[in-house]
Amino acid sequence: MEQRGWGLPRLLGLLALLAVQVPRSSASSYMGLWPLPLSVEMSPRLLRLSPENFHIGHDSSSTAGPSCTILQEAFRRYYDYIFGFYKWHRGPAKSHAAPELEQLLVSVVLDSQCNAFPNVSSDESYSLLVKGPVAILKANRVWGVLRGLETFSQLIYQDSYGTFTINESNIVDSPRFPHRGILIDTARHYLPVKTILKTLDAMAFNKFNVLHWHIVDDQSFPYQSITFPQLSNKGSYSLSHVYTPNDVRIVIEYARLRGIRVIPEFDTPGHAQSWGKGQKDLLTPCYHGHTQSGTFGPINPILNTTYSFLSKFFNEISTVFPDHFIHLGGDEVEFQCWESNPDIQKFMQQKGFGTDFKKLEVFYIQKLFNIISTINKGSIVWQEVFDNNVKLQPGVVVQVWKYGDYAKEQSRVTAEGFPVLLSAPWYLDYISYGQDWVKYYNVEPLDFDGTSKQKTLVIGGEACLWGEYVDATNLTPRLWPRASAVGERLWSRQDVRSSQDAYKRLTVHRCRMVRRGVAAEPLFTGYCNHEDRV
Amino acid sequence: MRKKQHTLEINSLVIHVATPGCDQLPSLESAENYTLTINDEQNFLFSETVWGALRGLETFSQLVWRSPEGTFFINKTEIEDFPRFPHRGLLLDTSRHYLPLSSILNTLDVMAYSKFNVFHWHMVDDPSFPYESFTFPELTRKGSYNPATHIYTAQDVKEVIEYARLRGIRVLVEFDTPGHTQSWGPGAPGLLTPCYSGSQPSGTFGPVNPILNSTYEFMSTFFLEVSSVFPDFYLHLGGDEVDFSCWKSNPDIQDFMKKKGFGNDFKKLESFYIQTLLDIVSAYGKGYVVWQEVFDNKVKVRPDTIIQVWREEAPVSYMKELELVTNASFRALLSAPWYLNHITYGPDWEKVYMVEPLAFDGTPEQKALVIGGEACMWGEYVDSTNLVPRLWPRAGAVAERLWSSKLVTNLDFASKRLADFRCELLRRGIQAQPLNVGYCEQEFEET
Repeated sequence: MEQRGWGLPRLLGLLALLAVQVPRSSASSYMGLWPLPLSVEMSPRLLRLSPENFHIGHDSSSTAGPSCTILQEAFRRYYDYIFGFYKWHRGPAKSHAAPELEQLLVSVVLDSQCNAFPNVSSDESYSLLVKGPVAILKANRVWGVLRGLETFSQLIYQDSYGTFTINESNIVDSPRFPHRGILIDTARHYLPVKTILKTLDAMAFNKFNVLHWHIVDDQSFPYQSITFPQLSNKGSYSLSHVYTPNDVRIVIEYARLRGIRVIPEFDTPGHAQSWGKGQKDLLTPCYHGHTQSGTFGPINPILNTTYSFLSKFFNEISTVFPDHFIHLGGDEVEFQCWESNPDIQKFMQQKGFGTDFKKLEVFYIQKLFNIISTINKGSIVWQEVFDNNVKLQPGVVVQVWKYGDYAKEQSRVTAEGFPVLLSAPWYLDYISYGQDWVKYYNVEPLDFDGTSKQKTLVIGGEACLWGEYVDATNLTPRLWPRASAVGERLWSRQDVRSSQDAYKRLTVHRCRMVRRGVAAEPLFTGYCNHEDRV
Repeated sequence: MRKKQHTLEINSLVIHVATPGCDQLPSLESAENYTLTINDEQNFLFSETVWGALRGLETFSQLVWRSPEGTFFINKTEIEDFPRFPHRGLLLDTSRHYLPLSSILNTLDVMAYSKFNVFHWHMVDDPSFPYESFTFPELTRKGSYNPATHIYTAQDVKEVIEYARLRGIRVLVEFDTPGHTQSWGPGAPGLLTPCYSGSQPSGTFGPVNPILNSTYEFMSTFFLEVSSVFPDFYLHLGGDEVDFSCWKSNPDIQDFMKKKGFGNDFKKLESFYIQTLLDIVSAYGKGYVVWQEVFDNKVKVRPDTIIQVWREEAPVSYMKELELVTNASFRALLSAPWYLNHITYGPDWEKVYMVEPLAFDGTPEQKALVIGGEACMWGEYVDSTNLVPRLWPRAGAVAERLWSSKLVTNLDFASKRLADFRCELLRRGIQAQPLNVGYCEQEFEET
């Protein structure tokens, strides 16, 4: 995918100017920057920061000011990340040799979008000029400011005397892919809101910008619906294992303040067992010969009540979740229950579908798509929906998740003109012994047969942490820093591929995450300077 | 006719310990049996020793349940219990990653919940030397990751030993030599073998130098300290994965080999070192545990040596190794199939659970020589960010295999109980990870 706006020749020129102050010979010349920005120019000239004097503020020419909550919150947050764990006391006046960096001025160039929600086209680019006494962070929108603040905070380190230090530098940055997501699964195991918020914090540290909330599934329905309260009353693990409307609002705003979109997934017609507990006649009753077996299958696609329910339900979802996109699922639909049901058999005959149940699945999904268009939302679906020849409207995003020959699938989907999200090589729930982050890092999302136009249809990818074996006890160490590898792959340039250099930066980044309260697990033998505080 | 709910209010559990003595340390020979009688007449816990009482109290606490209304209940119960194996251990590695004291103490808590009774403390290794030695403080100063923060002081060690004792847990410390000793080098110049590149020293160092008297003087003094600091009868002396290439390269060692008539067999040199070390340690009145290489390499060890079997397939399958070790009349500890640091996707606790430690060819006398086993949590990829969920509840599968009867093997039965145990761990504030899809009434909340 081509970078927007930043030409390759300039980039090469900047790289040639690199000269860097490194504390140890085994450190990367890019210190602990993660993900690696598009272009980094560092000089050996050092500036120091004083926690008492340094502050972040709005440049007078900025289109954003103190009324911009998203930036005010960010300024406070990043001040804390930079200086927070440091206990200082008012000492003697400046007597230090190195010049001081007194201020970071933030300048938003275009209409800030301060009160808006981020979307797939949001401009996240920024430039950062670190020079004494005032550094300048310039961005077109607030989203770029958020990314730039994170990078700025990653440039600061403490020397052996504890002095906050930063190298004079010039950074120009923007993401390679616009959709960089993390999938969490709150149906197989309930995740407390605190855990979700912590995940959003960590996502911001890694420049992820989409939270794919796989909120319900077979096992439980924790989403408290206002229109259909029985769904969670009967479908959740317990009445305390629910997300109230307020919980959802908290998550969405917390995400927005970090430039992160929240895309909910209400997976149908399969993966919907829990929906049947609180919504009678929604699921297909399975048959044993001529009698009902007592078990239920996917959503019943032949009843009008199904579609009036879905219409009302997704209407609510479209008002609760502000993102333009809703993930409709559509994966792993098992046909046996449909096959066994006599009413469905009749319906198949009437429609002339024969015994091809894929046609019935298509029939269902098409009606669902119609509902979604009526409410003016976009759809994301798992690849089966494409594979089973559903007529997709242009713009429907296909998420490629099946590992076998996923590159071919990418070719197929983009050849038909549909945008693709890549997840297949990034199922982080598949743990194994050793440094598996390297294999996630080595994935090249555009490594498939296709024209350059096709390649532009890959809008990004998502690291998936399915919840069968994951809950609040082990989510954070399992996600981080392994997902960080995916984060860099989706943000940084295609040629940023050295896993040796990545290792050096990622170990620093990991210790920083731990310092900031995210229990990211170790990459390998070693230590962080502040391990006691873990 | 409705059966009337017959509940009695219980206000005390009476404990009767037959043998006096509360202030000693647990040992390999400690009796841990107990009986628990809960009925209309009495709530009675009987045990031979205080150690049995601790085990019985844990069981008692697992019998108490709460109704939906919140009332605490216990069913009438008769339990007779004793462990199948006397050595049920857990290994933590504090060298690859430093573990804060709180992590170690927390682990001891959960070990007590699972009736583990040996904490195998793999204290030092190649990457770091966190043990604060008072005879050789330079070892710690030069060998730890950070001598101010990443160390275990004498006070820390005392605290661990007493915390463990109060839970009936022995502390088996391991100072692994002659390999796995890189971190000893900076603080003890001359201890490690200088490797050679041709006729010149290469600048790197290998295992402990076995040909110098100074080595044995050092070990003598060092293990005098260790013997006094760690009160358990046993010390673990390591002896695993000794890489011979550095010894081979060293001309002084080559000379020594010739003089001793060892030829080219460096196993004989390793043997020479270990034997001398074992003599030193025995003189301090200690017994020892070693890794299986010491046995495999035919080191002449005393008959009361305990061999820890850790290699899954080479030189032989671990079952075969158990057969060989016990056939040679040595006591054995099983660890090979219980390397909990080897994570995989899915319910891997099942494989751990289904191991039968005595499934090898041997006489009953031989089988009696298998005194137990240890779940190992090596530290290459583990520190306090992920230790607890990676250890629990998976280690619980090993705990049951080592405590319960050989006949307790039904996976469905175990699955249900282990899932309940996991929720109980959450209730006790332990960050134990889930076994499978589902929920606990009280979920873990991050701080």
